[in-house]
This record gives sequence, structure tokens and C-alpha cells, in this order.
Amino acid sequence: MTDFTEAEQIARRVRAHAIRMATGGGCFLGASLSCADILVYLYTHVLRTSPTRREDPTRDYLLLSKGHDVPALYGTLAELGYFPTARLANHLSTDDHLYWHPNRAIPGVEFHSGSLGHLLSVGMGIALEAKISGGPSRVFVVVGDGELNEGSVWEAALVASAKRLDNLVVIVDRNGFQANVATESLIPLEPLADKLASFGFAVAEIDGHHFPSLEEAFAVVPRRPGSPTAIVARTVRNKGLPSLEGRAERWFVNLSPAEVQMLLQELQGASRATLTSEPLVVR
Amino acid sequence: MTAAAAVNNDRTYSRLLGDLALGDPRFVVLTAENRAAIRDLPDRLGDRFIDVGICEQTMIGMAAGFALRGRIPVVHALATFLTLRAFEFIRDDVGIAGFPVKLIGGVPGFLSEANGPTHQAIDDLAVMRAIPGMQIFCPADESDLLAGLPAVLTSPAPTYVRFNASPSRLPHAPFELGHAELLSEGHDLGILAAGLLVPYVKEACDRLRDEGISSRLVNLRMIAPIDEEAIVETATRCHLVVVVEDHLLVGGVYQLVCEVLVRRGLSVPVLPFGLDARWFRPALLPDVLDHEGFSVAKLSERLRRAHRSRAGLRSSEEVVDVIFEPLPLVSNGRSTP
Repeated sequence: MTDFTEAEQIARRVRAHAIRMATGGGCFLGASLSCADILVYLYTHVLRTSPTRREDPTRDYLLLSKGHDVPALYGTLAELGYFPTARLANHLSTDDHLYWHPNRAIPGVEFHSGSLGHLLSVGMGIALEAKISGGPSRVFVVVGDGELNEGSVWEAALVASAKRLDNLVVIVDRNGFQANVATESLIPLEPLADKLASFGFAVAEIDGHHFPSLEEAFAVVPRRPGSPTAIVARTVRNKGLPSLEGRAERWFVNLSPAEVQMLLQELQGASRATLTSEPLVVR
Repeated sequence: MTAAAAVNNDRTYSRLLGDLALGDPRFVVLTAENRAAIRDLPDRLGDRFIDVGICEQTMIGMAAGFALRGRIPVVHALATFLTLRAFEFIRDDVGIAGFPVKLIGGVPGFLSEANGPTHQAIDDLAVMRAIPGMQIFCPADESDLLAGLPAVLTSPAPTYVRFNASPSRLPHAPFELGHAELLSEGHDLGILAAGLLVPYVKEACDRLRDEGISSRLVNLRMIAPIDEEAIVETATRCHLVVVVEDHLLVGGVYQLVCEVLVRRGLSVPVLPFGLDARWFRPALLPDVLDHEGFSVAKLSERLRRAHRSRAGLRSSEEVVDVIFEPLPLVSNGRSTP
């Protein structure tokens, strides 16, 4: 049985980085914490890439299509040595490029995003190019469940299946929320796994915070030769902070320094924090 | 213009693109199930020919992915669907990245003929111009297209090609990125044109020359980067500048020319022959040209009137009156509104 102690420790530090970025202007904390375990697991156990392989054409690619959860990616990349963790303190500074959506000025970020529904097709271009050139690269695209409202995702899904892109893996961070509301209360997605399967994906539905489940889901890629893979990872918005978990109005947060300290303690197992900062539900 | 020039089957867009791609493995050809201009490429290019179906957005996203891996994707779709439906993908995934994705927009402007307003790419220049770093190539005819294609496809910039493979007998100078082509020298009228209408304007200018009116005719070839010196030179030498385009005046060549002249501090009347806030009447191309006032006969008459008006005018304001006075165009017993 695999020991995930180190991955769990990295994930906790990634969450702490995201919480520290949620002040002085704030960030999209809810989605960052829901996808943190997925990103950490992929970078530590699945992706054949590293800080020294950034130009290696045989590397695997990870694309963050729902780019607003980028604090988790910044934190993961920094923890794994793509750039110094001290640089995270530059969040939102005009002296750096650590803003609310990913961009290629940050070492390790493969492509920029921000507008939803783009990177599945970009990832498909990478995947098909790798196939044509005979390379071993695999492409992992993290999408949000709210992002699945976008028609371009489903258009791309049709083509991914038609082109038999079995070096492509779509991971849905199924945290149950889009910006302001629960997905099922606005544009219901269920049965999501069945929908993806009907589009030709080999699908697995797992607990996106449970490393052994993640290990099982990504043990074999592709899950079915000739088909793209989809992993529906059930997650919790703001996972790791019980006081904020699953709350619709805590999507984007801009915390006071004292609140940051309270939440960092809550993350370490202390009592629940009580936030007084303004709940923000605007994008 | 008489469309009598024979199509040269030995030198076509498809042949040249195929040759370039076979000589340079970086090229991949994509299409959103629009194969009219590239029918022989699936056989020639094998797995480097990719038809994604009627999925313009996905095609552009994939093209960006290909470019990220070092390829030069040449993508094909009708100009409206390419530049409008997939606009945000072009802006975000190609434009922001600055990737050398080559966007080939089919049947732009009047070439959509009888399809109707949904297919009329008469705003494509406006939206493509709005993307920082985007090159725009507007060939006047097939030989102009082929003259520019190698430079345009191998340049490192994202590029929109307003595809036009119409046959014409116009001889063209060698192509240089960012440079316009002087088709005739003169001083009475300075005419700046781009795309499909260039050969028609040339023929109209030839008629006027026989009547003693000399025209300096410039085929702009590229809209971005624009050849500012060609515009400035024309405005400096001629009493009146006429801009001819099958595009809306908003965001098109006319506005571009005006921007250049204002920025360069030149005050000269600029008369637009384009589409003023309206769609054109759908029909077969010769009838569209006649109806909209861009046949050789109609262009000749409009240019003749512009020259006559300008010659007897004192201020540019009076020119404006003439510009917007409806011309009594009559043909085939029909009169235009």
C-alpha cells in the first residue's frame, strides 16, 4: 500500500499557500482548495514532467482549464521546485505575473486560461500532435463542473472521442458549485459520468480528496485503448477548512490578515474560524 | 471586369499549400469540414490533414495546442464562422499566445454571393484588426494569394488570410510582408483598395485614363501591418483619396486609412466606397457587384463623379455632400435604392 504521507503534507502546504494568497485583494479560494489534492497527486505521482523537463517534448502536460483555481497550481509548482515559494508573496503584484488566472510567465504553467471552455480543445491539439509525431506525451486537463455549462467543452468532447485521443485525460473537479450557486440548482449536470461516457470517454468517478482513490483512477492511462479518459473527482469547495466547506458565498474571498491566521490554524486542526470579512459573490 | 482569365490548374492554393507542407514538416492543415480549396490535401498530407467537423472553436483551440508543440497550423473555415464564432478562441488561444496559427477565411466579403447576411464576412477585418499582433493578408486575386502565401505562412506571427482565389489577369509585383503594391501611377485620384475589388478598380482606372483622368492605384495587400508610407504617399500626391473595400466602413480599410492620415497630420478628403452600416444584397457575384456599385461600369462612373466633384470644389465639406448623395445607378432595368 502506497504511503501518501508526503503527498498529504504537500497538499496541506499548498492549501496554506492558497489561504495566504486570499488577502490583499483575495483569490478564488473555494475552487483552489477543492482541486488541491488532485493537482498535488498528479504532479507527485502521475505526470512525467519536472522543473528540469519544461522544454522536454516527451513530457506530460497539465492544463488548468478553469483557471481561477490557479492559487492551488501556483502552490503546487512552488512546492515542487518550479520556482521559489517566496515568490508566492508576489501574488497580485505588478512586479510579477501571479494574478487571478494562469499564464506562461510562471514556470511550469503550460498554457494560459481564464475564459472557460478553452483548454480541453487546446489539450486535444497537444495530444493529437504527440500522436502524429509519435511522442509519449499525455495531456491532463482539469476542468470545473460549472465550466461544463460551456458548449465548447461538449463540442471538444465530441472531437476528442472521434479522434481517439487516448492520451488525453479530463479531470472534472466536481465540487458541486459554479460561481454563485450549486450546479444542480441551476444547470443540472447529473448523471455526469453517464453523459461523459455517452460522448465516448472511459469514465471513472472517485473521491477527489482520497489519495488511494486517485491512485486507482490514474493507475492506467488510457482506461480504455482508443478512448479519451474522464475522471469525475468528487470534491468539496474550500476542502480543509470546515468553517468554509461547501458554502456558496465563499467562492472568492478577500480575507483580513487576522482571518488568514485563523484559517491557517483551522487548517492545522484548530477550532473553526469565524470570518467577518464580506462574503463576495461577484466575479 | 471580364472573368475570362483561365484558372491555372498547375498553380493553385491547394497545390502550393501542399508543396509547402511537404517541404516543411512543421505544417499541419486543419479544417472545420470546409474542403472546397483543399480537396487534394488529405491524400497528400496524410495524418497532417485534420478535419475536426463543424467545430470552429475546437479547431482553433487544437491549432493552439499544435502551435504549442512547434507546429504551424493552417486552419480553414468560412470567414464568418472562423472570425466570429471562434473569435474568442482566436483572441485568447492564438492572439494572447502570439502563435503562428494561419487562419484561412473562405468566401469573405462579396464572395459569399447569394448566401445572405449570416455568411457575409464584411466585419472580419474589424474584429481581426482588434487582436494585437495579428497579421492580415487580403489578396486581390489568385496570383496575389499565391505570391504572398509562402511569406505569410512562414512568418512567426498569427495571420488571418481573407481568402480570395478569384482568377484575374492582373500582373503582380513580388510580395513583401507589410508592403503594398502600386498598380498604376497618377495624380487625379488616389485609390487604395484591398482584396477582391482590386482588379475591378484597376479596369475602371484604365477606362478613366482613356478619358484623361489619371489614378494612382494601390493594392494594399496587407491590412496589418499596414503600409503607412503607401497611404501617405498617395494622400500627398493626389487631390482626393478613394478607399474601395467589400467591408463595412466600421473597422475596415476606410477607417484604417483615416487613422493613418490623422496620425500623420495629413488633411485630404477621403471618399469611402464600401458598405455603410448595412448588409449587401445577396445574389451571384456579378449581380452583387452591379447592385452594390462595384462593377467596372459602376466603379468607373462613381470615380468619374468623384473626380468631377473634387475638381470643382473648394472645401472638403462639399465633397462629403457628394459622397453621400445616392448615385442614380441603373442596370438591367433595376435601380438601386
